[in-house]
Amino acid sequence: MSDIVLDRVTKRYPDGALAVQEVNIEIADGEFIILVGPSGCGKSTTLNMIAGLEDITSGELRIDGTVVNDRAPKDRDIAMVFQSYALYPHLSVRENMAFPLRLAKLDTATIDRKVSEAARILDLTQHLDRRPSNLSGGQRQRVAMGRAIVRNPKAFLMDEPLSNLDAKLRVQMRTSVSRLQKQLGTTTVYVTHDQTEAMTLGDRVVVMRGGVVQQIGAPQHLYEHPANLFVAGFIGSPAMNFVPAAVADGRLSTALGDIRLTDRLRRAMERADAPREVILGIRPEHFEDASLVDERVRAEGDVFTGLVDVVESMGSDKYVYYALDEKARSAELEELAADSGSSDVPASEGQLVTRLSAVSPVREGDHHEVWFDLGKVQLFDPATGRNLTLEP
Amino acid sequence: MSKERLSEDQASPGSPADAPGQAEVTSANGSGRGGRAGGGRSGRRTLTEGQRSERRLALLLCAPAALVMIAVTGWPIIYSIWLSLQRYDLRFPADQEFVGLANYVEVLTSSYWWTSFGVTLLITVVSVAIELVLGMALALIMHRTIVGRGLVRTSALVPYGIVTVVAAFSWRYAWTPDTGYLANLFAPGSAPLTDQASALAIITLAEVWKTTPFMALLLMAGLALVPDDLLKAASMDGAGPWQRFIKVMVPVMKPAILVALLFRTLDAFRIFDNIYVLTSGAQDTSSVSILANTNLIQALNLGIGSTMSVLIFLSVALIAFVFVKLFGTAAPGSDTEGRR
Repeated sequence: MSDIVLDRVTKRYPDGALAVQEVNIEIADGEFIILVGPSGCGKSTTLNMIAGLEDITSGELRIDGTVVNDRAPKDRDIAMVFQSYALYPHLSVRENMAFPLRLAKLDTATIDRKVSEAARILDLTQHLDRRPSNLSGGQRQRVAMGRAIVRNPKAFLMDEPLSNLDAKLRVQMRTSVSRLQKQLGTTTVYVTHDQTEAMTLGDRVVVMRGGVVQQIGAPQHLYEHPANLFVAGFIGSPAMNFVPAAVADGRLSTALGDIRLTDRLRRAMERADAPREVILGIRPEHFEDASLVDERVRAEGDVFTGLVDVVESMGSDKYVYYALDEKARSAELEELAADSGSSDVPASEGQLVTRLSAVSPVREGDHHEVWFDLGKVQLFDPATGRNLTLEP
Repeated sequence: MSKERLSEDQASPGSPADAPGQAEVTSANGSGRGGRAGGGRSGRRTLTEGQRSERRLALLLCAPAALVMIAVTGWPIIYSIWLSLQRYDLRFPADQEFVGLANYVEVLTSSYWWTSFGVTLLITVVSVAIELVLGMALALIMHRTIVGRGLVRTSALVPYGIVTVVAAFSWRYAWTPDTGYLANLFAPGSAPLTDQASALAIITLAEVWKTTPFMALLLMAGLALVPDDLLKAASMDGAGPWQRFIKVMVPVMKPAILVALLFRTLDAFRIFDNIYVLTSGAQDTSSVSILANTNLIQALNLGIGSTMSVLIFLSVALIAFVFVKLFGTAAPGSDTEGRR
């Protein structure tokens, strides 16, 4: 158990491609930290650099205060769980888990004890003598975890460990990974492209894009106070709505209609020296069916009336989709769309997603009035993506 | 990835036991469609009209190939077995007679045969062992090369592309006293090809030089089967380069190594051209193939020569049997590896 510090860590490939640029992360002892971002954002490269599987071009990596840039992976005392699990196919489950201990030249009794202990924690005891090829995906995943925990390493690195599992199992394993980490209290760096995993697992989340760290913070903080458009759009599901807005006569003219500038927004815009054209962001759950909002609350927000496109009833609430004429444009939003694949779907042009109470009487084809909370509205600079409403 | 999925499917309870039965049904139908019909036990009885005609079609389609195989390989084998049971010397054609196993007794009690057999075994074991080591090194180099990959691979494969006889002649000239550069360099004033030990060493050298690329090629295919993640995992688990090689790479690519060894052992046991050109079998350097050729073609003794051919055939069959049954080498084209 120990702390890991990345100090201006950079990775540049021989062909000049910059994979990771000046990453600074301080990971505390026992912390569970998530690196998240779309594919190609440099999160796996960062993890591999911590592991020692890739060289660090510049910057310093310190584990427990010692610079380990030039140490071989085996001398860093770190265990890693791979997306493919990377189990040794010619060894039984027991031998797989014993492998690192055997390499460390522990005596047989100790190895047996540690393997049995890990197998008990991971509920693998009855599978110890089977080969990985005879195990299910979830069991293999647990063996991979077992091989990591037997050694009592300084830290765990996990490279998308759950993404080869089917959806239901993934949710189960997510909980057990989280419980295991709490139980062992080992510093863990976890890479994923799935923002749900990032939100649910981590003590802190590092959002990366194009090799650059966008924001580091607790999941709730990232959710409520995203530093820029990219983080705002990446965190949260369904994603935050973005609509273009223009400032005119003390009002915001948007596709949601003219919105009055609250004091909070006005101050934020003055403080940030905002441009006249901005992007307005608001999350689906900050909408509510206008007929269900009482007068007092209603005054804190604004209403929007539009043609209901699609209603998805989730049981606990309803997702209501409205078509909008305009769509916010920025490089970051396009990248997000490309990553989620929605850039291939023409219908995603100018859409508003709202999440309303299940009791809402809304029906497809209606002109329906929804209320939204002005206190939760965020404004972004379309050119830089910066969140203008962020409190300093 | 797809392999993992495959084995995942097999992981359902009881499926390993069912697998042979399923395979039977599948092969009987000629397609996988009948997989659920009766679980295989009563499968043959319950074939539908469509399945039966499909099977008939399959047999018809296989027939031409099977006939050609019988004509070009089956018949010569049977014919040489038949010849081996006769006293049949073309110099005395009138004395041809059926003698049963007398030829076998004659050959197996002959010191010539056992000398050649020993020489063949020695060359086989030594050359295959050296080829395995060198081939593995070459395969690793070819696998790891990033710059000039094509050039490295092509140049490594050049020896394999040269006709064996041509290469053997160049070795012979190189080791000929006075005119050969290697003879002058390593053994001035002597004739290495006229001494048994040095001649065998040169034959082995020529064989190794010639066929290491083949070994390397097969091993490289095996290396490609070792996932990068596995090696990364091993280095995270604390394995150094040598441990990664011995404990992860070699076991994972074992099927490929065994296939390469099988091919090379079979080939090496039948060594002929190199010896024929280099020493013609003089100074007790003849292999069993050379001996068979001497008896069959030069001495025109069809009976004894055929007996030797049959014995070589049996030896080769034995080698293949040992590899496939004892070491569990996957026979080329089968997918039984891993089910053991």
